[in-house]
Amino acid sequence: MRGLRESLTELIRRTSAEIPDDVQRGILHGLEQEKEGTIAKSALEIIEKNIELARRKSQPLCQDTGSILFYVDCPVGLNQVEFEAEAREAVLAATKLGYLRQNSVDSITGKNDGTNLGPGSPNMHFHQHSTDEINVRLMLKGGGCENVGAQFSLPNTALKANRDLDGCRKVILEAVHQAQGKGCGPGILGVCIGGDRASGYEFSKREFLRKLDDRNPDPKLDELEQDILKTANELGIGPMGFGGKTTLLGVKIGAANRVPASYFVSISYMCWAFRRHGASLAQDGTISDWLY
Amino acid sequence: MTHHLTSPISEEAIRGLKVGDQVLISGVVFTGRDAVHKYLHEGGELPDGVNLEGGIIYHCGPVVLKDENGEWKVVAAGPTTSIREEPYQGGIMKQFGLRGVIGKGGMADKTLAACKDHGAVYLHAIGGAAQVLAECIVRVRDVYMLEEFGSPEAIWELEVHEFPAVVTMDSHGESLHKDVHAMSEEALADRR
Repeated sequence: MRGLRESLTELIRRTSAEIPDDVQRGILHGLEQEKEGTIAKSALEIIEKNIELARRKSQPLCQDTGSILFYVDCPVGLNQVEFEAEAREAVLAATKLGYLRQNSVDSITGKNDGTNLGPGSPNMHFHQHSTDEINVRLMLKGGGCENVGAQFSLPNTALKANRDLDGCRKVILEAVHQAQGKGCGPGILGVCIGGDRASGYEFSKREFLRKLDDRNPDPKLDELEQDILKTANELGIGPMGFGGKTTLLGVKIGAANRVPASYFVSISYMCWAFRRHGASLAQDGTISDWLY
Repeated sequence: MTHHLTSPISEEAIRGLKVGDQVLISGVVFTGRDAVHKYLHEGGELPDGVNLEGGIIYHCGPVVLKDENGEWKVVAAGPTTSIREEPYQGGIMKQFGLRGVIGKGGMADKTLAACKDHGAVYLHAIGGAAQVLAECIVRVRDVYMLEEFGSPEAIWELEVHEFPAVVTMDSHGESLHKDVHAMSEEALADRR
């Protein structure tokens, strides 16, 4: 796969600098909703200008280029060790080119060696499937929105949330309220109902790989997604927490089985600067198609 | 209404600002985030050349590259979440004579009280707007503590021109964040 390193570097550049079309459409819709002359409107206008500028200059949309999360769907037999080594080289190259900030800190010593490489960085998720396709998706998730993620264990007495979808609704809306503007709203929620503490958050992040304007095939989850989106946008938190109509751009909910004793609801918050792209790769590692 | 602020800023100019005012900031600002605030709070001294009197601290960890002439160039520079500095900000504001803090997400009671006592404001920049805000940075004048704290956490001395922000906490005890929090709490209670 001689073209792999170059392809992954291009994937990082594109993810860092170019907002996906589905997200930009959501932001434009938000811009139309806000009233002329408000600070909410002016915030979204700056955001829209920023999106164009980042794309034109091929520079990071946001300076926090985030946790580097690769999701690779690959055929059985793909050399994952080699793939990961190439991904690390691509991260190093992208950092030198300024597509990524020097963003990885040793948690014990506090040192930042400027490479973006270390335990957990980049973070690789491989999934084997039975076709020949190689699809690699990348998410760059900033710290501000990651910090407002929340995990609830049901039942929750204070919120009167029981172990049912209404209980899930209550805790998810609570998370939106707690986040206010701190996660750089208007935001997008990725939610997992069930799982354990680790897989719950992991599954909640995977929901961000869905397109913003898709619909959940499960009618009950679809109804919950639409309800939370509508209700959250009635809370008046608005872009950046300035007040306004656009608090969320989308809600994506999935489920994982749980053990009888546990009932977790894990909520990941994504900022408006929703950086994720993906590419299909040919056998030589070159990009054959873009996924978003 | 849009106000023009040029650092160093007088207390009088700050007292004239109210929550909801849009401002355009020009002059010098210093970046400072988690490591810097903890360091100053623990009694660390400001490096020679850093003067915060009447000045502005910007909660920001920029992407900075050296160009072919060896000059620093800011590639991306939006605000980081400010609430993490809540334990330290009020004290630092008073000790070093800050008149403004630029960040995002707002801050809480301790900082709001210090803004009122001392005469300072919290200036909310647009989170994630790293390119629009980098365009307002005319040049990098210097960098301090780069070795100790690493690039995102270092103190960058930046000359800015008409950098846009909104006053969300003023020197009269008002906070937009408090208001929106209370209002959204009420709206949520009706929809639970």
